[in-house]
Amino acid sequence: MKNIETFIALNRFGLGPAPREARKVEDDPKAWIKAQITPRATIPRSLIGFRNSDDIIRDIHKARKRGAIKSPDEKQDLRAAFAKELLARSKNMIVTSTPFTERMVMFWSNHFTVSTTKKLIGPVLPAFEREAIRPHIFGKFSNMLEDSTRHPAMLAYLDNHKSAGPRTPVGIEQIIRSGVRTTLNENLAREILELHTLGVNGGYDQDDVIELAKAISGWSHGSVRLPHDDRPIHGRFEFKKHMHEPGSKFVMGKRYKDKGAQTGLNILDDLAQHPSTARHIATKLVRHFVSDDPPEHLIEKIANVFMDTDGDLAKVSEAIVDLDEVWMNPLPKVKSHYELVISAYRVSGKSDVGVMNLVEPLREFGQLPFSANSPAGWPDKASHWVSPEGLMRRIEWLDKFAKKLPATLNPAYVQEELMGPVVSDDTRLWVSRAPSVSSGLSLVFASPEFQRR
Amino acid sequence: MPDRLMPDRLMQDRRLFLQGAGAGLLSSVMGGKIAFAQAPTEKRLVVLFLRGGMDGLHAVVPYADKNYHNLRGTIAVKDSLNINGYFGMHQSLRGLHGLYRQGELAIVPAAATQYRLRSHFDAQNMLENGSGTPFGASDGWLNRAIVGLNGGDRRMGLALGKQVPLILQGASGIQTWSQSGLDPVSDDFLSRLSLVYAGDETFAKALADARETAGASDMMGKSMSVNTRRKDDLIELAEAAGMLMSQPGGPRIAVMESVGWDTHYDQERRIKPKFQEVSDAVLALKKSLGAHWNQTAVLIVSEFGRTAAENGNRGTDHGTGGVAMIAGGAVKGGQILGKWPGLSRYSLFQKRDVRAENDYEGIFKSVLISHLGLTDSFVADTVLPGNKSKPMEGLIG
Repeated sequence: MKNIETFIALNRFGLGPAPREARKVEDDPKAWIKAQITPRATIPRSLIGFRNSDDIIRDIHKARKRGAIKSPDEKQDLRAAFAKELLARSKNMIVTSTPFTERMVMFWSNHFTVSTTKKLIGPVLPAFEREAIRPHIFGKFSNMLEDSTRHPAMLAYLDNHKSAGPRTPVGIEQIIRSGVRTTLNENLAREILELHTLGVNGGYDQDDVIELAKAISGWSHGSVRLPHDDRPIHGRFEFKKHMHEPGSKFVMGKRYKDKGAQTGLNILDDLAQHPSTARHIATKLVRHFVSDDPPEHLIEKIANVFMDTDGDLAKVSEAIVDLDEVWMNPLPKVKSHYELVISAYRVSGKSDVGVMNLVEPLREFGQLPFSANSPAGWPDKASHWVSPEGLMRRIEWLDKFAKKLPATLNPAYVQEELMGPVVSDDTRLWVSRAPSVSSGLSLVFASPEFQRR
Repeated sequence: MPDRLMPDRLMQDRRLFLQGAGAGLLSSVMGGKIAFAQAPTEKRLVVLFLRGGMDGLHAVVPYADKNYHNLRGTIAVKDSLNINGYFGMHQSLRGLHGLYRQGELAIVPAAATQYRLRSHFDAQNMLENGSGTPFGASDGWLNRAIVGLNGGDRRMGLALGKQVPLILQGASGIQTWSQSGLDPVSDDFLSRLSLVYAGDETFAKALADARETAGASDMMGKSMSVNTRRKDDLIELAEAAGMLMSQPGGPRIAVMESVGWDTHYDQERRIKPKFQEVSDAVLALKKSLGAHWNQTAVLIVSEFGRTAAENGNRGTDHGTGGVAMIAGGAVKGGQILGKWPGLSRYSLFQKRDVRAENDYEGIFKSVLISHLGLTDSFVADTVLPGNKSKPMEGLIG
């Protein structure tokens, strides 16, 4: 590897160098990244052919209705399909020649976290990423916000699919029958404001949460049916008028006349273009690409691009690449556990990674995809990934990984190929003094330089 | 879903070990190297953090409040275990109820930090950083307490699980303990690696802390093999915490975390096993601490409580006042402490949540001062600055 910029492009923006990848990058690292920014992101071939969420959700609910969800076979099928796509997604990230695209898929998928902590929606989560996130990573933020909010996986993950306005037929009946005070569920509305758009200090209050919850009440999907409703079920978005709170909504100081399902979309559109949203997104992006503690002036710069382009994520992504500060420090960030595993396999250049070779480390590290503990997703800070326990797990796995590499490899050569321009004197010295090839390779992979980006 | 991906074959040889060193390896790794410092205190503190906003009204039930059933509707708790004719405890907290009856559990209802908004992440952050505002400090108040107790000796603090939670992060090194199925690496390799890490503070510190725990765990003198569970199980973590904390030079301040308390829907069904787990974990901790239980306080807290009223999905939404439960032989148990505002429309906070009359910070101060022996001024200036609550009286005896 020739220069520091190549290392940064391949690691900070990419997913770690694949064999001979450095050669494609080193002449013009910025251009290599920018060439991956294409407004209409295509679905990688290896992810074509997986079922859409409509079918998966319908199957889950059909099985559930029959009581068959408890049958091991049916569960097994759903699980197998989930595991298959998880594997395909990861393998694609291991072999892809557009790793910046894949990094942005992960970034936005984490921004709009949905998680297997809600068991029932587990099987549909890879489809959520494919349908609601992937098409928009270099498109308009407002479109991604809309598609992910309306996606049945999100509606179910954050409990909106059963939220009914208290003055609707369903709400009133429920209030009379069971004496509840309200039939709204504010979970999704709150996380839209706090996590997806404005950010926690973005200037909203509890009333805004409730008003937004009212505006998106009735946003549900076709597998939620009242007892007397015999229409066939499906797994697509469905607006349920009899659950939608009527009347005007007031969100962030603006009045929205009720236009049924459209009301919520109008609010989302405004939220997507709000200065607080621009700041919030800019903060997360600068944290991801510059530093755990994002500098204020860079946040402002990126937020301005976001505002000026109406949230055009292609332009925003290019602006990140063009930040001088990105290219100053080669190793400010620590790879997440998932990134670490992907980057190790990328080095080997093999795509035939067995499912267990992926799942085992990720489980040990506690970072299987789509399993974040909260809607805030995985943290983007070194302190989360380098706890004593977490680091020891990483070392153990990297050591095991390196031991499986051919013993004919020269550790010093591997070191120069992977991270030559950024290797510290300590690392170089102790790799050269390693008592065996295997021990030297293990040191290379367990080094801070390999674990950082 | 994903936690079912692992075939049985890989689960069979799963075992417990500590920080990368198998039980058999431990003595060779660290034998003779660690001289355990005399811990400056024999008192022990365990914080059990229930993340997600545990519904205080579902745990400690004001069943005799005339508004209770009206507010709670379909999720009102039936047949709670009576405490005092007004409050009862959920049936699945039977173990904790037993401790209450034996005078080893105190309850503070209507309790929360001074945070009054409803974001999980801000509320958790504020509970953990102890500065009085979300993100007001980048370290945790328990870590600052450890610095005050022994100048930051890393043998003092213990995180159970794969991560060190913010409440324990900071200047003082912290040991972590968890289960793992990966193979341990050799001491020789770790020694070489520590040389490679010399120039990288983040990696160097984490590795040093990890190796130290490996040494500490050896002092347990027990093989902790044979574990077939896949995840860090709260009860096993509690057992391990008790064993480690029972050692003469072992840790004194430990944190355990439990997730899954954000019960926006189907609350009763989802919270029951969680209650059972917490209850069992505290009893397991008591058992494994043995006689040291008498010198122990266990703080069971969550970032906030939930709405007083049921929502539309047999659940509850983010609220304010929750409950604190303080267990342990060092606690003056068998009593309900603090003020209780009741559930009338006028006493509810913003007409929706239990009013948080009792500050967590006051409870924390009481434990830090009366139990761990820190001075009033150190606690007020350093551990929990930005907070004027008085230490809660009558909690530690």
